[in-house]
This record gives sequence, C-alpha cells and structure tokens, in this order.
Amino acid sequence: MRGRMWKLAIYVFLLGFIINLLGIVSHVMVSAFAKRWFGKPLPPAFTTDWFSYAWTNFELGQVLLITLFIAFTVVFVALLIGFPAAYILARRNFRAKPLLLLLYFLPLLIPQMTYGIPLATTLYKLGIGASVAGVILAVLVPMVPLAVFILLPFFEQISLNLEWSASMLGASRLQIFRRVLLPLMVPGILTAGLLVLVNTISNFELAFLLAGGGSQTLVVALYYNVFAGGVRPVYSIDAMAVIYMVMVLSVLLVALRFVRPTQMVFRLDQPRR
Amino acid sequence: MARAQTDERSELDLVAIACLVPSLLYVVLMFVYPFLYGLYASLQPPKGGAWSIANYLAFFSDPYQYRTIETTFALAIPNSVVVVLAALFLAYGMRRGIWMERTITTILVLPISLGVIFLSEGILGFYGTNGWLNQMLIGAGILAEPLELTHNFIGVTLSLFMQQFPFCFLMLLGYISGIDPSLESSARMLGAGPWTVFRRVMLPLIAPGLIIAFALVFVMSFAVFPSAVMVGQPAGSTRTISIAAYQQAFEQYDMSYASAIAVIMGVCQLLALIAIVLVRRRMTIATTMGVGKR
Repeated sequence: MRGRMWKLAIYVFLLGFIINLLGIVSHVMVSAFAKRWFGKPLPPAFTTDWFSYAWTNFELGQVLLITLFIAFTVVFVALLIGFPAAYILARRNFRAKPLLLLLYFLPLLIPQMTYGIPLATTLYKLGIGASVAGVILAVLVPMVPLAVFILLPFFEQISLNLEWSASMLGASRLQIFRRVLLPLMVPGILTAGLLVLVNTISNFELAFLLAGGGSQTLVVALYYNVFAGGVRPVYSIDAMAVIYMVMVLSVLLVALRFVRPTQMVFRLDQPRR
Repeated sequence: MARAQTDERSELDLVAIACLVPSLLYVVLMFVYPFLYGLYASLQPPKGGAWSIANYLAFFSDPYQYRTIETTFALAIPNSVVVVLAALFLAYGMRRGIWMERTITTILVLPISLGVIFLSEGILGFYGTNGWLNQMLIGAGILAEPLELTHNFIGVTLSLFMQQFPFCFLMLLGYISGIDPSLESSARMLGAGPWTVFRRVMLPLIAPGLIIAFALVFVMSFAVFPSAVMVGQPAGSTRTISIAAYQQAFEQYDMSYASAIAVIMGVCQLLALIAIVLVRRRMTIATTMGVGKR
C-alpha cells in the first residue's frame, strides 16, 4: 500500500514536471504564431507573419550564419586540440596527471559568469573583445575540457592490444592513428562534436560578455531583443525563440541517437574508474 | 577494467608532450592567466595609482553592493536544497527502472538544451500575471486575484529549477544506479522496511554523491545572471552579485572594480565549497560504492 503511494507520488511529480515544461514551451510556440493575443487562453487568429518579420527586422539570416560559423569553428578547434590530450590522459600515467585533470575540470566547475568577467577584461584589453574571434576564444575555454572529458572514456574502451598488434605488424604511429584509432573513435568524435555544438549554440554567458554588434549569436540576439521590448512585438521575439529551439532540438535529437545521457554524466563524475 | 588497459610506461615522451601542450596552453592562457590578471587588475584601481584595496573597501562599504552577496545566498541556498531533494526523490524512485524510462529521461533532460533565454521567455508567458496558469486558476474559480510568480524571487527560482533539475537528476540517477542492488535486497531479507532501507542502507551510500550534487548546483546558482535579469527584478529583490559585476564592467566601464567583484564572487563560491567539503568529511563515507556497475 505504501509502496503504491510512493509510485503514485513519483508519477504525479513527473506529470507536474511535464505539464510545466509543456506549458512553457507551447506558450512560446503559440505566441510566435499569434496575430494579437492578450488575456485570452488562445489567440483569436493565427499568422506566420512574425517569422518573416523577425527574419528581416532582426537580420536573422546574418545572425544564424554567425552562430553556425562560431559553433562549427568551436567544435573543430575543441576536437582538434582535445583529441590528442584525451588520448594521452587515457593511455599514459604520469605524476602530474591528477593535477592536469583538475585543471581541465575547473572551467567546467566554475560558473562562466565568474571567470567570464576577467576573461572578457583580458580579451578587450588585447583588442579582441566584441568580435567573432573573441566569442570563439571565450567559448572554447569550457568546450576544450568538455571535449577532453567526453573523449576520454571512449579511448579507454579501445583495447591497447589493438595498438600493440598494429605496431608489431609494422605500422607507424601515423598509420596506427589513421587506420586503427580514428575509425574506432568515430562514435566518440560524433558524441563530443554534437555535445560541444549544442553547448556552444546555447551558451549565453560567455557569448554575451564578448559579443559586439556584428558578433551576436542567436541566443545573445534573442536576449537583447527581449530588452528592446516595447519597440519589438513580443510575438516576433517568440518567433525568434522558436527558430532557436528548432535549431537546438534538431542537433540534440541527432545527438541522442549516439549518447545515453545517464552514462555520460556517470563517467564525467568519476573519470578515473 | 579500463584501468588495466593503461600503458605501463610512466614517462612522458616527446609525442605525449606534443599531444598535451596545445590544450594545456589554451587552458593556461585563457583560463588561468585571465584569473590572475583579474586579481591583479582588481588591486590596481584607476585612481589609486599603485597597489590598493580601494575596490574591495568600496564594495564592502556600499550597502547597494554588499547586499548582493546576501541576495545571492538567499536565492542560491533554498534553490539548491529544493533541486537536490526533488532530484533525489525522483532518482531514488527510478533506481530500478520505471515504465518508459528512456522517454521520461529524455523529457527530463530537455530543458538543458532549451537554454536560459528560451526558458525564461516561456516562464514569463506561462507563469506571468496574465499567463496560462493564472488564467486557468481564475477561470476554475480557485483564485480571485492572479498570483505574482514572475519578476520576483519565485520567478528566478522557477527558472533556476528548470535549468538545474535535469542536470542534478542525471547525476544522482547515475550515482544511485551504481549502488550494488544486492545490498538493498539483503536488508529487505533481514526484515528492514522501505524507510529503514532508505535511511540506514541507501542514504549513507548516496550521501557523498548528494553532497557533490549540492555543491555543483549551489555554485551554478550562485552565478545566476540571465534568469535574475529576465524573470527577476534586477534593480531590486533579485540584484545578484553577477549583476553587480556586469554593471560595473559594461555599464560603468570600471574593469578594475568589476574584477574585484568577480574575485569576491569566486571567493564566496570557494568558501561555500570548502564548507560543503568539511561537512562531507564529518560523515562516514561508505566504501561499497559502485559495486553494481563494475
């Protein structure tokens, strides 16, 4: 009897959470398609005009292009320098390793707002603030460690015997990398790439602190337009939010085909098991 | 198992160093150096000339500024407690799997990907004075006046909950499913009821994970910025310390003072983490963790 009550309580909680999430998401969606909407449960008439309004008035084409450029550059660089580091951290033992892992873990642990302000100060001082390069450099700070910690367990799953056998059969280091490691690491690279992509697109704090007029990502542009409110109809802002959601969710749906979220966090929590 | 695969060579050869250097250099140049530079800049106020703690004195003698610490703690502590308890409740209930687990987990994780701005915009619409919730409650005759759920403390708490709950839930679920299930069944066989099993067997095993989760959630909520601005009252009741730092940096253009506030923010987070670690030390840490997953 008491067990039943518990089960019920869990389902009630889940239901509450789902209704709440559904309410939040669908309110934005309905509002994006509303002609005029005030004080009624549903708008009296629907329209798709706000999307074209948002597209022209917020220069969304430009913003999307910048967002994708920043996101893909960050993914590329994070993988490029994270991949070899993850390999060494997975394969070798050395005295400074715990220290190194802690150093890589700190940018993920410390909130971005805390180190974002000194980082922004430094970058502005060097003259690369308020630019696309500045945003990329800042967002990479948590993304390089993220890529390392996602790739690490994937390397650990590849048996060292494969590398030994390959080198015994006369393969050079480059050949081992190209013919053995790289093909086996494809799932890991995809996972890390997609998660870095989602995290970069939805990153607010660092992109916000470093953004200038021509380097706003979609989220940052969304934020600024919320505060330009009054001038901007709320429906057009919600239309922009819907475009953002569609973009993030499509990447995420692809990502979920490769990753089991529970597994990911468990490994991140205790990387040296 | 993964451990046995590690290469026995312990020295770092040239290739290994070449592999590590780019990322290490990046973290040092873009993370460690700005931190040190921020500390240095905070001690070099534009007017004071040489080394001076004028910025820190200014912060702690101005109630408008130092109150932000109080506000932030008042926001972060209850929020972390609620998030961790809710996540513990759900993760514990789901430890042996439930109906449609994969779908439910996906739904619970969804808010992470939506991002702060989207969530805040939706919260304004759904929970706002004219939002669906208030319309429903008034329509059903439960309320006469709409509830004030946004542009105050409650709004920020809602937004923080939606962002942090999924993260905390995943962590605890991973942690709890790593506990050997035979411990629970042994306790059951020896006659312990569900409450006793939780209180005497499971809770001591979960406690370390619970404390880590609490620490992470706390540190994240302590730096709250966009939610405090969008669904809070940034000029009044939810003026958190990160808003103070942001205003100094990008509205007053006083980078030195802003760095000082960022340092104070970091120190507060650090102190809270140390306090949490000390609490953890005092608890007996069970050593049977993770048997189930090995």
